[in-house]
Amino acid sequence: MPRYYTQDHEWIEVDGASATVGITDYAQSQLGDITFVELPEAGAIVVKGEAPCVVDSVKAASDVYSPASGTVSESNAALADEPELVNTDPESGGWLFRLTLSDPSELTSLMDKAAYDAFVAGL
Amino acid sequence: MRYLPLGDGERAEMLEVIGAGTVDELFVDVPAEARLAGPIAGLPMHASEMAVERHMAALAGCNLSAGSVPFFLGAGAYRHHVPASVDHLIQRGEFLTSYTPYQPEIAQGTLQVLFEFQTQVARLFGVDVANASMYDGSTACWEAIAMAGRVTRRAKAVLSGGLHPHYVATAATMARFTGDMLDVGVPQLAAEPDDAALIAAIDGETSCVVVQYPDVLGRIPDLASIAEAAHAQGALLVAVVTEPVALGLIEAPGKLGADIVVGEGQSLGVGLQFGGPYLGLFGCRDKFVRQMPGRLCGETVDAEGRRGFVLTLSTREQHIRREKATSNICTNAGLCALAFSIHMTLLGGEGLARLARIGHDRARAAAARLTRIPGVTVLNSAFVNEFTVILPRDAREVVRELADRQVLGGVSLGRLYPQAGELANGLLVATSECTSAGDIEALATALEGVLA
Amino acid sequence: MNAPNQSGWRPEMGSADAAPSATASGDKALMLEEPLIFELGRPGTCGVDIEAPETDVMPSLARFLRAEAPALPGLSEPEAVRHYTRLSRQNYAIDLGPFPLGSCTMKHNPRLNEKVARMAGFADVHPLAPQQSVQGALGVIAELADWLTALTGMAGVAMSPKAGAHGELCGVLCIKAALEARGETRKVLLVPESAHGTNPATAAFAGFAIENIPATAEGRVDLAALEARLGPDVAGVMITNPNTCGLFERDMKRIADAVHAAGGYVYCDGANFNAIVGKVRPGDLGIDAMHINLHKTFSTPHGGGGPGSGPVVLSAALAPYAPLPFVQRQGDGTMRLVEEEDGAHEAPASFGRMAAFHGQMGMFTRALAYILSHGADGLARVAEDAVLNANYVLRSLENDLDAPFAASGPCMHEALFSDAGLAEGFTTLDVAKGLIDEGFHPMTVYFPLVVHGAMLVEPTETESKAGLDRFIGSLRSVARRARQGDPALKGAPHFAPRRRLDETQAARKPVLAWQGDRAADQVKPKGAG
Repeated sequence: MPRYYTQDHEWIEVDGASATVGITDYAQSQLGDITFVELPEAGAIVVKGEAPCVVDSVKAASDVYSPASGTVSESNAALADEPELVNTDPESGGWLFRLTLSDPSELTSLMDKAAYDAFVAGL
Repeated sequence: MRYLPLGDGERAEMLEVIGAGTVDELFVDVPAEARLAGPIAGLPMHASEMAVERHMAALAGCNLSAGSVPFFLGAGAYRHHVPASVDHLIQRGEFLTSYTPYQPEIAQGTLQVLFEFQTQVARLFGVDVANASMYDGSTACWEAIAMAGRVTRRAKAVLSGGLHPHYVATAATMARFTGDMLDVGVPQLAAEPDDAALIAAIDGETSCVVVQYPDVLGRIPDLASIAEAAHAQGALLVAVVTEPVALGLIEAPGKLGADIVVGEGQSLGVGLQFGGPYLGLFGCRDKFVRQMPGRLCGETVDAEGRRGFVLTLSTREQHIRREKATSNICTNAGLCALAFSIHMTLLGGEGLARLARIGHDRARAAAARLTRIPGVTVLNSAFVNEFTVILPRDAREVVRELADRQVLGGVSLGRLYPQAGELANGLLVATSECTSAGDIEALATALEGVLA
Repeated sequence: MNAPNQSGWRPEMGSADAAPSATASGDKALMLEEPLIFELGRPGTCGVDIEAPETDVMPSLARFLRAEAPALPGLSEPEAVRHYTRLSRQNYAIDLGPFPLGSCTMKHNPRLNEKVARMAGFADVHPLAPQQSVQGALGVIAELADWLTALTGMAGVAMSPKAGAHGELCGVLCIKAALEARGETRKVLLVPESAHGTNPATAAFAGFAIENIPATAEGRVDLAALEARLGPDVAGVMITNPNTCGLFERDMKRIADAVHAAGGYVYCDGANFNAIVGKVRPGDLGIDAMHINLHKTFSTPHGGGGPGSGPVVLSAALAPYAPLPFVQRQGDGTMRLVEEEDGAHEAPASFGRMAAFHGQMGMFTRALAYILSHGADGLARVAEDAVLNANYVLRSLENDLDAPFAASGPCMHEALFSDAGLAEGFTTLDVAKGLIDEGFHPMTVYFPLVVHGAMLVEPTETESKAGLDRFIGSLRSVARRARQGDPALKGAPHFAPRRRLDETQAARKPVLAWQGDRAADQVKPKGAG
């Protein structure tokens, strides 16, 4: 399944009209120990570039911007008890929320893995 | 100047290190036209400790202190006996002159006190968690309304007519600017609060119902039925306690279904002080903790595994989340919280119950004596240590005339509700363990004289 | 959440890392550990003698009574005194040494002020006592108000705000009310990126949108960027002066003129007033509203985090909107408190009440005693010595720590350093914790946000030169260790009552109240009963 990346260090993996969103390993390494994740509720409408989700560390609260628009179908319930999954497994078990995409064409502006890796290397 | 250690020789040495000729050169960035050439004209020069003490004592002498006369004022600020050890302990420099515990390794004293305080408040209120205190009861009340709005994502709060008018006014000021809506009830001179009318005002848009317990007239609302009605509409119940000692006698609001409980903590450990500083108490259910305003202290361990305490969940707060913070509050009422906590520790739960009981005892005695005065009736069917009496004429004048007779007889409803003529004859009378039989007799005698 | 205490730790257990406490008690001479009151106290114990009631509870109250007394243990007086005294010894305090927290103005707290505040005529007076019986208390408010307006050159002052952030709210609400009175709805407040977090939080709390103004390379507000943003949607600016980089905003008057010309108002965060009190009047710089932290500039004690007090001085343009209540001096010399009763016709533009009663009286008495002690001459000297001390720290340490704005000229009352030049892996936090081992409270760290790894040192005027030299020597030593990468520094503090605390665990699994008596697996408290 195709996976795309943003310059704000989110990833989105697309499966037909559905997509899963998380933050990258680079992002979690910059944030430090994650203590809490404020997740959107199922049914919430999100717009590309807006922040439906906040990731807290001890001394910072960081917005997570949605890489695409759509309706939230599910949030990662495991993060309520184990926010540290975002640190230990950011690009799999530490996913944040799932979307039903409203405009899949938005994805074309995002980076693929190679482009994102090059972007991070340049930071 | 006794508080300034530097002498002229030292100032000169320091200027040399800095590379400046005079102290004024250090103010070079201040535009010359704005710099003052010397001390501001018309203001006094420095004064000795003795002179300042004399000046302040003269001002203090112009006030009639509560302890010097028969005293029955309440309405959100209560006179209780504060044990001498409380004031001694809060004056220890390590408490008095420390700062917000941002460096927890050298602030465990303050932090452990806050953890103990939070636990005491949560248990007193019958809720899961409490914060490290707010400015006072009235601001805590608005913060609770704002928090209920965040939790429910609704913007209409229903305020009981029994809520202290200063608390209502504080909320109204904020709501006017934030766009929240307040549905404010009018207090009715009835023996019991009109819980049915309050319940009828709750609808599907209501974020919370705000109920004072006991209410401003000393009456006791049925929190359980209000909670049930609020929850049925998806609204929260915010209970407001202005006299925490009363909770030694009546059930904790959290046990009756309140979701957020706020209050004024002044009654325990903190003197009247003409209105401040006091301390806001703020507690709620676990599930709302991340929407709470204010500082929170939590338990953790240090690098050697020893128990320790830190300020935590700080990402809710202004210094991290800035414009997205749950509140703009920065300080808490640290020293007042310490005083509250020490007093509570000296009392213990059973001591608090006895304290409430003795205040109630004196209130019953006062109510019984005052109703023997022709034309004077007691409004309340039930009360703890504060009740409303109805006088045959405007209570504002009566209060002033009582003061002329060296009796501080209560708070007139006319002072609290100047626009409500129907309340003008109401007088709030509060008692506590400080109230003696002689005080009650002195009030009754003076009132008989004034009303004669 | 709120799980029972995980550790079950007791003082006598000492450290967990295979190093048992060297003593049976867990105490080490004057290093005293202290259990929680819930572990010490016993139900039913009471340290206060309370008379027995003479009557029964009134029958109509029966249905409201508690099922049981609150589950709170009590202590006898000797136990309570010892508990809190032992706890107090785990705190650093200004009484013990310098407390150079930038932006916080931790200065000596004169004990005269404590004595004065405890006079029965101030401490034991009810806020709703008839006004004829509290003329002296109202007189204190009026006298302090006179000083604050004279020292700032402003038209009026709102005395009721309870702390700095509450004062900010007061000032911002005055701006909002003034705009409303003009029939305008301007939605944006401009806030410099270097601002205290309370500024944007306050603006948002009052319903404004916030936009940042950038800083120049020399650490001041970018005037051109500010002017470019002004327009009919901008309600005003919130500026801190002296700013959080420790610098005076030279262009303050030009900023104010530009904002006024565009129809906006200027709010000044007065947290740093200590640097200029008696030397500059903010009113002369075009400011419309400024809160004054009495607990900073005027030395009311910080008390471990409060209470504060935040009167707000106001320009003639904003004064009519000040909150109720306020004290008015009558022609015959008596004082009158204008509350809701008279406010409707005497202060029709007032935006209303911000809190119950009339402000932080206990702080007013202390602040007034402080002001009278210093007088107009002493207050100017306060600012001079505060600025002198800060510049002495800056110039003494600028070769040991990176001082990003040292070339901008003299600082005001605080010296700003950054983490540039520290060894790989070493941070501002390590410097702070190293200072703890040296016996000092660290400076403010990681603020202002515009400087990486900021260290903001505010010595205040009440430090002697000898005391400053000791502090400078210690900070120099710690800074060198951090530049050289001394691994011992990463473990600091070594000598404090606690080593570094696990803040991640505290935030992930919050334990915010003691529940040891409600957990089956709780370690049984020893020494209780």
